[in-house]
Amino acid sequence: MPEGILCNKKMVDTKEQLDALLADAGGAQYYKEMKQLDVDSDALWVTIQKSLKSRLKTWLEICAHCGMCAESCFYYTANNRDPRQVPSYKIQSTLGELVKRKGKVDNTFMQVCMDTAFSKCSCCTRCGVYCPFGIDMGVMFGYLRGLLFSQGFTPWEMKIGTGMHRIYKAQMDVTTEDWLDTCEWMAEEWEEEYPGLKIPVDKENADILYTVNAREPKHYPQDIAEAAVLFHLAGENWTVPSEGWEETSLAMFAGDWAACKMQVENVYAAMDRLKPKRMVVTECGHAYRATVIEGPYWAGLKSGQPPVESFHYVEWVAEALRTGKLKIDPSKKIKEPVTYQDSCNYIRNAGLADIPREIMSYIAEDFREMTPNREHNFCCGGGGGLNGIGRYREARNIGMKVKRDQILATGAKLVIAPCHNCWDAIRDMEEIYHMGIKWSFLKPILIKMVEVPEHLKPRDEG
Amino acid sequence: MYQFVTGPLLWLSFAIFIIGCIVRIIRYVKGLNWQADRVAYTAHFSYGMKGAVRSVVFWLLPFGTRSWRKNPFFTALFLVFHTGLLITPIFLTAHNIILKERWGFSFWTIPESAADLLTIALIVASIFIILRRIALPEVRILTTVYDFAVIIIAVAPFVTGFIAHHMASDYKLWTILHIICGEIMLIAIPFTKLSHFVLFFMSRGQLGMDYGIKRGGMKGKGFAW
Repeated sequence: MPEGILCNKKMVDTKEQLDALLADAGGAQYYKEMKQLDVDSDALWVTIQKSLKSRLKTWLEICAHCGMCAESCFYYTANNRDPRQVPSYKIQSTLGELVKRKGKVDNTFMQVCMDTAFSKCSCCTRCGVYCPFGIDMGVMFGYLRGLLFSQGFTPWEMKIGTGMHRIYKAQMDVTTEDWLDTCEWMAEEWEEEYPGLKIPVDKENADILYTVNAREPKHYPQDIAEAAVLFHLAGENWTVPSEGWEETSLAMFAGDWAACKMQVENVYAAMDRLKPKRMVVTECGHAYRATVIEGPYWAGLKSGQPPVESFHYVEWVAEALRTGKLKIDPSKKIKEPVTYQDSCNYIRNAGLADIPREIMSYIAEDFREMTPNREHNFCCGGGGGLNGIGRYREARNIGMKVKRDQILATGAKLVIAPCHNCWDAIRDMEEIYHMGIKWSFLKPILIKMVEVPEHLKPRDEG
Repeated sequence: MYQFVTGPLLWLSFAIFIIGCIVRIIRYVKGLNWQADRVAYTAHFSYGMKGAVRSVVFWLLPFGTRSWRKNPFFTALFLVFHTGLLITPIFLTAHNIILKERWGFSFWTIPESAADLLTIALIVASIFIILRRIALPEVRILTTVYDFAVIIIAVAPFVTGFIAHHMASDYKLWTILHIICGEIMLIAIPFTKLSHFVLFFMSRGQLGMDYGIKRGGMKGKGFAW
């Protein structure tokens, strides 16, 4: 069978296609069809010839097979130093073979590639930091994911995710109406406690354009309210866009480059329309990477910069604390031992290692670093889309052991994780390994300890 | 035979080596693509170069990076091996005498005892590198015949040179063998993994530019390699 009904080389561009995929519980039919999916070797080879340039070609060619990347990989250590988990081996036996065979590979090979790309690599790019030649296997696996996607070999959830982006311009089925309703509802709900609280929509020339992860309106809208409260208390002139509010890109995890472009251009259009001074993205690592770091390239911006200067939430928090826009009540600082999870996507991919340390210095009395940390941190195990894929759940759970041990070694009882995927992975880790820890985004912690200026306090009745 | 290997063949191998390396550098740079690589090379060239230089320098410094420090044994082997490989042939007295005779110039020279020491150290290091390949599962799984062939190509000129100089009963034969091995190495450099002789700088520099421009280099301090 060349192409299945659900598993095929077509893009999910209609609601009917998306609903059909969603109706397939756990992707049972999808994966059954995948076993029959033909590989278009010619198309694959054409794509490789066009897109495999200096960098990847040289990386594949000059890898000295020295094995220095082995220990850099959390999957390698979490799996008892299984040699099949050595990053170089993983990429050479998949992408390397694919190139060597000039795309003439079969269905089984493509499935092995998919399994490797999504259950043995979170694209955390740590190996690149440890390779003498600077060979970044995370980047190469991202490329391989793109090749696999073009041939229909992508996990069921990834196909759904890219479909969501293509249809809703968001990773979940949140419509413009849903989004605006949520903003309105949250402002009303929290206004009693914070008089004058607003979530301004589509305000032009604001100082800050705030954008989010679609999971927030969908599953934890209080996150939006908390952001609104903190902006309100800090006296920021801010707004959210009615369109182009979603920062994430499951399409980036899947390697659906066309959808990546569509998604990010939607956000950039909001910037062009509303002309904010700067953009601040919520506490999410991959969203920041997709829109701020990689996005400009998908959108064809030669500067490599988004149209408006863009910041991660931690950068805004650090600035607000540094300049006194937000003041911490010293008696409410975190007393218990607390540690911080460096998200690969804004540490190794954006250089924001110092910022969180600055924040911790304002809010925590007993801050404990994990080892290693900053640029050398380990992935939580949930990056690269790994949290969301049922087929590889077990492999991900094993991978999380490295972060579990790092956290336990600090003795901290609380982990601050300003990244959705890290937050999720740590939650799952607690569920599976019962470590006795709590985990949190920054916003709820800040709300508990920030001083409310006199004029913004609710007036006593009577 | 001696005339041939030290005459036309030598010229040919030097030509292939030099032109080959230059071609590889040019092709590498031409094959970079700002949009596909997702690095704004030209738009932020100075940040990029800063990142590239940083990256190359830290990786050339013995134990200069976390990765080098984490693998002290291999790092030492690597250092000894590459130091011997580069220093010995260029600064060997015998080579420089030939240079002076033929082309009228020479480099500094190192004492013969130092050259011997470097050569022996290099050969010993290469034996350990080969043993490491076989002994460690994480390296064994990556290793192919090609990897051994590359090491042999690189070490053969040193082994034959050492034998010719110190142990050979038939000096002329070993000298010819030594020259041929050297020429094989020169010719192999542009066409094999040995191309990392120049491509290390390209690839290392490229990732340095990536970090220098896109991955935080423009936000503050350079990357902590």
